[in-house]
Amino acid sequence: MHRFLKTMNLEMAKKLVISVLIVLVANFLWASASPVKDTVSTYTAEEKADQKKSKIKEDIKHHLQDSHDFHLFTDETTGKHYGFPLPVILWDEELHVFMSSEFHHGESIVQSKDKYYELHHGKIHRTDESGNIIESAHPIDFSITKNVFMIMVISLMLFIMLFRTNKSYKKRGHLPSGIGRFIEPIILYVRDDIAIPNIGKKHYRKYMGFLLTVFFFVWLVNLFGLTPIGVNITNNIAVTFCLALLTYLITIFTAKKTYWLHLIDPLGNTMPWIAKIPLYILLVPIELLGTIIKPFSLMIRLYANITAGHIVLMSLIGMMFVFNNWIGSSLSFLLAFTLGILELLVAALQAYIFTMLSAVYFGSAVAEHEHDEEH
Amino acid sequence: MEIPAIVGAGLAVIGVGIGIGQIGGKAMEAMARQPEMYGKLQTAMLIAAALIEGIGFAALFAV
Repeated sequence: MHRFLKTMNLEMAKKLVISVLIVLVANFLWASASPVKDTVSTYTAEEKADQKKSKIKEDIKHHLQDSHDFHLFTDETTGKHYGFPLPVILWDEELHVFMSSEFHHGESIVQSKDKYYELHHGKIHRTDESGNIIESAHPIDFSITKNVFMIMVISLMLFIMLFRTNKSYKKRGHLPSGIGRFIEPIILYVRDDIAIPNIGKKHYRKYMGFLLTVFFFVWLVNLFGLTPIGVNITNNIAVTFCLALLTYLITIFTAKKTYWLHLIDPLGNTMPWIAKIPLYILLVPIELLGTIIKPFSLMIRLYANITAGHIVLMSLIGMMFVFNNWIGSSLSFLLAFTLGILELLVAALQAYIFTMLSAVYFGSAVAEHEHDEEH
Repeated sequence: MEIPAIVGAGLAVIGVGIGIGQIGGKAMEAMARQPEMYGKLQTAMLIAAALIEGIGFAALFAV
């Protein structure tokens, strides 16, 4: 990281810090601009506090879920939802395509090609005409949900950013311009401090594409999770599962002979085979299981870190409204603000860890190691 | 959620905390002793901390 900071000049660093702060402040202003309103004022103070707490819990739960429409905020007084709908694509014996606005936020049933659908707790179910859910029907949901939509937007952003970097080299030779000046040190960092030390000079090149893609994607996605639009991609376990699956597939498909040999014969020729048999009954299953546990832990780590961060951050923001006085609210604001800055670090750190551990696993797959000297 | 599960998760997280603390502390000591190894030590520290952290999350998800 220090090398990266050195190449980034002071002016750029200042701009970066300022824009980050603006985003953070906007985040909290956003949170405080949509206060939890009490709809009925005849409740006692205690009941009101309970209501507020359950409302906050509901909001956090809602935030952690994927949804079929891009919901920005709700006007509590009029009950109007602001946002835009996303397409719903269903495969239920035939293809059904309609916009999610037809659900009216789960309040109405949609008819599509003589079948009826209902949105129930974020999931689409087939119903009959009067709205009773048919349990036997399982429509397969390929919808462009909020997460999918944001993944597309972020991919497009990454594509434009990296394409421009590439183009600036063509124009100016060795000196990048524009966004390239920001991207170049990060790419060099991933190459020099992540790929080469862990994979080795001989093999690192073919993995660079994946490592850079994963690094930028996870980082940008985590950063978007901290913006007020409230997208939350890496705390969808399916996303992290796919990223980890890619690491796993690349590891096993590029593995050299020594990798497989190490799995089925971890001790090598250090002892006679007759002594190895009782050990291997235990060792080989553990080694084989280890190959699956590694990507599994990659998946869980990213998912759990981001989920935990979001829950804590949103709870602290919610505490502002629970306290509802000058001292408590400003204290939780400060706490939430500090945690927001910490989350920025975590966003980058998780991208770094994911890339780093992927590189370590790739390194173990291509290592032509000196097995006999080691033991 | 039952109380034993919560207590178990808490104990596991205490273990994880001690583990990461040890890693961080020892890495600091090593960095102070050999500042020229800073980069390598930091990398090794982060990998080890991430691996232990995984166990902590597994414990939390068991609740």
